[in-house]
Amino acid sequence: MQIFSCPFCGPRPEYEFHFGGDLGNHRPEGPEVSAEVWAQYLHFRNNPKGASEEIWLHMTCGEIFALQRDTLTMEAAPGQALTAAEGRP
Amino acid sequence: MTARRLPRGGEIDRTRPLRFTFDGQAVSGFHGDTLASALLASGQPVLGRSFKYRRPRGLFGAGVEEPNIYADVTGDGQFRPNQRVTTEPAIEGLDLRAVNASPTARNDRTGFIDLCARFIPSGFYYKTFMWPDWHLFEPRIRAMAGLGRVETGQTGPSGDQINHFCDVVVVGAGPVGIAAALALARRGDEVMLVDEGSRIGGSLLYRDARIDGVPGADWLPAASAELAALGVRVLTRTTAFGIYDHGLIALNQRREAGRPDTLWRVRPDRIVLAAGAIERPLPFAQNDLPGILSAQAGLAYLRRFAVLPGARLVIATNNSTGAEVAGAMAAAGASVTLIDRRPQATGPDTVDLRAGRSLRRAFGRGQVTGVELDDGTRLDCDGVLVSGGFTASIHLFAQARGKLAWDDRRLTFLPGAEVPGLTVIGAAAGHFTLADGLAALPAALGLSSAPVAESAPYDITPAWPEPGRKDRVWVDYQHDVTAKDVELAARENFVSVEHLKRYTTLGMATDQGKTSNLNGLALMGQITGRTIPEVGTTTYRPPFTPVPYASFAGPRGASRMNPVRRLALETQHRAAGAVLAEYGGWLRPVHYGRDETAILTEARMARQAVGLFDASPLGKIEVIGPDAAEFLDFIYYNTMSTVKSGHCRYGFILSESGVVFDDGVLVRLDVDRFVVSCSSSHTAGVHALLEEWRQDRFPRKAIFIHNATAETATITVSGPRARDTIVAAGIAADLSDAAFPHMTSRWLAAEALRLTRVSFTGDRSYEISVRQDRAAALWDRLAEAAARHGGGPAGIEAIMILRAEKGFIVIGKDSDGMTRPMDLGVSGPLRTKKAEFIGRRSLFQDEAQRPDRNQLVGLLPADGQGLLPVGGHGLDLSGPVPRSIGYITSSSPGAAVDHPVALGLIERGASRHGEEIVIQHLGQRRRARICAPCFLDPKGDRLNA
Repeated sequence: MQIFSCPFCGPRPEYEFHFGGDLGNHRPEGPEVSAEVWAQYLHFRNNPKGASEEIWLHMTCGEIFALQRDTLTMEAAPGQALTAAEGRP
Repeated sequence: MTARRLPRGGEIDRTRPLRFTFDGQAVSGFHGDTLASALLASGQPVLGRSFKYRRPRGLFGAGVEEPNIYADVTGDGQFRPNQRVTTEPAIEGLDLRAVNASPTARNDRTGFIDLCARFIPSGFYYKTFMWPDWHLFEPRIRAMAGLGRVETGQTGPSGDQINHFCDVVVVGAGPVGIAAALALARRGDEVMLVDEGSRIGGSLLYRDARIDGVPGADWLPAASAELAALGVRVLTRTTAFGIYDHGLIALNQRREAGRPDTLWRVRPDRIVLAAGAIERPLPFAQNDLPGILSAQAGLAYLRRFAVLPGARLVIATNNSTGAEVAGAMAAAGASVTLIDRRPQATGPDTVDLRAGRSLRRAFGRGQVTGVELDDGTRLDCDGVLVSGGFTASIHLFAQARGKLAWDDRRLTFLPGAEVPGLTVIGAAAGHFTLADGLAALPAALGLSSAPVAESAPYDITPAWPEPGRKDRVWVDYQHDVTAKDVELAARENFVSVEHLKRYTTLGMATDQGKTSNLNGLALMGQITGRTIPEVGTTTYRPPFTPVPYASFAGPRGASRMNPVRRLALETQHRAAGAVLAEYGGWLRPVHYGRDETAILTEARMARQAVGLFDASPLGKIEVIGPDAAEFLDFIYYNTMSTVKSGHCRYGFILSESGVVFDDGVLVRLDVDRFVVSCSSSHTAGVHALLEEWRQDRFPRKAIFIHNATAETATITVSGPRARDTIVAAGIAADLSDAAFPHMTSRWLAAEALRLTRVSFTGDRSYEISVRQDRAAALWDRLAEAAARHGGGPAGIEAIMILRAEKGFIVIGKDSDGMTRPMDLGVSGPLRTKKAEFIGRRSLFQDEAQRPDRNQLVGLLPADGQGLLPVGGHGLDLSGPVPRSIGYITSSSPGAAVDHPVALGLIERGASRHGEEIVIQHLGQRRRARICAPCFLDPKGDRLNA
């Protein structure tokens, strides 16, 4: 059983977490979003072998955060706040 | 076999005799016996039947490696299937039934199957039962397959689960494991020492040893005392069965006297694996006859339980450990022949040594009575003890993704490159003598010193099964795989080790090939011209030994798995005679009164006078803050920022794919304070959705989300006398339609309650929300007032009738995973809303705009018969085959109207009002007329009646 580190609560067992999708799958906005671009956002996922950047929800505290982990070695870096991970203001 | 109990010796307590039954026969033993040692001492050689050929079988091992003898055990207040008799303690009064045997192991009526063996090799049923149909044969084959039986309906007590942290877990309490635990504990580490045996000691319990100059039997109690003094947590009867990600090691602890097992999840900084090694059988014809035991098992039975496995014993070995066994058997009174494949072998003077010889075959019916050597010599005997070398128990190392390396000198796979946090020591690391195991400790664990032992060096010569033999040599006892089966697999090109396993079932079943795998791999290697490491091993997976499901489940059964939520007013409902059932995770009143006829009575009462509903499970999520309005505009399909303070608006929340996720009324209590009402069973989902978008899209905005569902009780008062009831209950408020119109909300400070005028029934309705600890008093006042106006409480089924009659939908019932808001007749926001919202772009996709979408309609029976069936499909009969044009989602008798009503999602439904269609359900056809999805008061006059 893996241990993930919530930026708010620290290291906790994986069954407290819920997968939230790929990090960086930004919502396309604007007046003319093509069907292809929208479908890419809605349906296409990375599923990488190796290094992966994901969004996870810590169900016990509600924090949604970015997690960098390796799907091959199962190493998991400490979680990061979404804003920090994406360099948002 | 003339195995017998010796008059003295062993760790059994002869002052405490006990009896149990095996296949109905009484077996006597002593406290301290395992089931196996008592069965062996009973002299009965046949204790089970083999899995496939139903050949008579006896014990082979003395521990977890045992492939042959399993029993269904009744007693101690429970039934336990497939218990390995070698690891179960003998307990007074148990009742054992051999598995694979009908009726008993000794007289098995399916024993004839072995005569057909040549016609049923590996994979025969894949080839044989193809025609005409596998399913014709399946039931009978299934009945014969499998191990043990399942007791349906048994519910045992649930076991504990313990999460634990420590510095070190040492797996295996043999001498090397104990020495490691002692050294680490002396250094100050918090150490846990676990062993699957009933006591610690491992090989010290039956093998000769001298440690630091004292006999092993004296060293062990001293070491045990020091372990206790140092505070080492010692768990016996505890199997470390799996290593999982991030250093988790899982232990299953067996308990005494019918107590359920305990599952430990331990996260140590370091795992020290001292799991020992398992002895392999030798390949010779008929090597599965009862009376042929593992040599180390024979020694354990002799020294631990004072059972001599036979009077005339043949010890057959290919390695240096046979001599000690032979000497011990001779010393106990047996006449012993030691057959050692190694030409340079030596042995004690008390035995007849045949160096450089090996066994070709065994003889006997039902038990071994003689053997033939490779030089043709025949020997009579009543027991054979075999040693084909040792396989290191590296299962946990391999589970932890450790790579294995073949060792050509010791003939076993050993741990390869080190796995961080995991150290393998002792026989598991290939140190097959105690001296080697202890000498390697300092380097392995970074110690300055370790105890010292003296041992003769270990020496082994290969004795693998060979291809091309005419007679039957067993490779896997438990699943009845012979050398010929492996050859057949090779001929049919199942040469990959994983294919070999699945085709022949080599290494499957409860023992997972602990004794058999390596012999099978070696044989496959010889057939295909590969070395053993080239053949490789199958993947090692947890659990090491079977773990009861009850352990994994722990106490999380039934209501502890998924606790039902209870209403604050449950006592009031029960007092009023409510029948309660679970709806969306809540225990809610279905109806009041004894039978279901009450449902329609309650619905009519609510239409004619007034009904009280407990609407507490309705989600109430507060969204607070200066940016809340902007946030909710994004959340909802409808524009919500324009709702005035004190007012309500009905709306949809969509998913990003444009599908309706939930519906409900948004209440704006104040400029910066909203309450999102959502469906009872969607509250958690809506709350998660709100949090997700708040954190992802509005991280710097001033928005606070609070789920107030649990702390708030809501009572709905609905019906033409609803206003009178509230007044009569003494709630002081101006309820005139001018002061308090439909779709508004007020906080009544004097009563500390919130009054919201919304309707899910089509009648004048008020929702009264109050702190849940004040709900009971409020309910009592309202119930009394309602009674005075000819009304009373109504259950959830009555509400379902009222809302269906009015055409109000329940999301997930009257909508599905395809339903867009336009399909429900709400397309305004898509045309007019300026702000972005969840799922907006999806509503413009081709799929969402198709003209032939399923749309919400009302349906009336057009054939004069009763209720239309929920789930019945509308049919298009114009083509060559009927085609579904949607289905019925809700169906109800009428309460205010005098006919049944139904809602459905029908293709192009919105433009088909007035059309008659055929409905098919479970082979029956009905006729129904499509109409608008509202059967009562389409203008809404009753809201103000």
